[in-house]
Amino acid sequence: MMKITIASGKGGTGKTMVATSLGISLAAFTPGRPPMFLDCDVEAPNAHLFLHPLLTEQQDVALLIPSVDEAKCTHCGKCAEVCQYHAITVLGKKTLVFPQLCHGCGSCTALCPEEAIREVPDRMGVIERGLATSGIAFARGMLDVGEPMAVPIIRQLKRWVYPAPGQVVLYDAPPGTSCPVVETVRGSDYLLLVTEPTPFGLHDLRLAVQVANELAISAGVIINRENGPYPAMDEFCANQNLPVVLRIPFERAIAEGVAQGKTLVEIHPEYITRFRQVFSQIAFTIEGKNRV
Amino acid sequence: MKIILTASSPSIDSNVDARFGRGAYLIVVDPDTLEWQAHPNPGVGASGGAGTLAAQFIANQHASSVISGDFGPNAYNALEATGVAMYLYGSSRTVNEASNTLRQDSSNALARQPARDTTRVGK
Repeated sequence: MMKITIASGKGGTGKTMVATSLGISLAAFTPGRPPMFLDCDVEAPNAHLFLHPLLTEQQDVALLIPSVDEAKCTHCGKCAEVCQYHAITVLGKKTLVFPQLCHGCGSCTALCPEEAIREVPDRMGVIERGLATSGIAFARGMLDVGEPMAVPIIRQLKRWVYPAPGQVVLYDAPPGTSCPVVETVRGSDYLLLVTEPTPFGLHDLRLAVQVANELAISAGVIINRENGPYPAMDEFCANQNLPVVLRIPFERAIAEGVAQGKTLVEIHPEYITRFRQVFSQIAFTIEGKNRV
Repeated sequence: MKIILTASSPSIDSNVDARFGRGAYLIVVDPDTLEWQAHPNPGVGASGGAGTLAAQFIANQHASSVISGDFGPNAYNALEATGVAMYLYGSSRTVNEASNTLRQDSSNALARQPARDTTRVGK
């Protein structure tokens, strides 16, 4: 089992295009063992537009949040005092719970001296799975509209799937470098960072590399929409010992194809071989690390 | 009955801070004696739930009214549950001006915070 997360820092650099193209390329080279694909961008999942899964299974994601029995509550304020997220407050003779602030840690329930709190499930989204293009085992999470917390959905999505021994798992991460990205990347063997040769791309790549370093995960870079030299990006990668594993040119045909829902390997089939080479390089890095 | 205002510095002549949960200071004014006291807003440094934390402070002070620039959904729901009247400082600039305006004509001079949809906050 080999876990690869595709992330970027900056949004709109081509994470999903790269992740889906890599998935289809791996399926093409090992038809007996297609990869697993997890769309972890639960606030705006869109990998299904490229991989066309038939989502046959669904499961609600809920957090256990406190429910206060006002008959037993003495409004002592212990729950509000222990809540790190200020999700429960005692206001005079009322104890109020704020579900959108609650992280479901259970401290208030455990520490209530009157045992006036019980936990009730509060739905925040759904996880779905099914078979996609080329036999790829596809799964995704989707946060309900208006819900602010993506991490519990991602956590449950990652626990819900059981990769076969030797199966490659691709995690399509959300943009940015905040908690949902860290939750996606956690436990991965390799972080593939898709960037674009612009000051914005480089700025956010720096942040994403810090995440990789902090979590001690090997990383490599794909430069997308390359349009002439941008030495600052290459200098940064060289200084950080980050291999640039693929360069994708800025090209109208690619933009048009992606806008029509095609992956890069469907627009330019020669990329199947290139992605296979990218994968070999990643596998070599991971094996090298495991040997040490 | 006390009035509490959000303020950008710990003085009665400070500008009103437009933010409730993240406003720098909370100034407690006694409208009868005009005595006032500034407290650092407990919500300022919170990573989340600043509004509920500040609302808790307001409730603990037994204030009747609070004046700020806006009240977020969590703060709104908490203050609503406590029965604290929420006012917007409008064209008043300083804490002194705003509290005087409310004191002199509590029914009209300052606008009330419009009702918020709280279907998903505060059960």
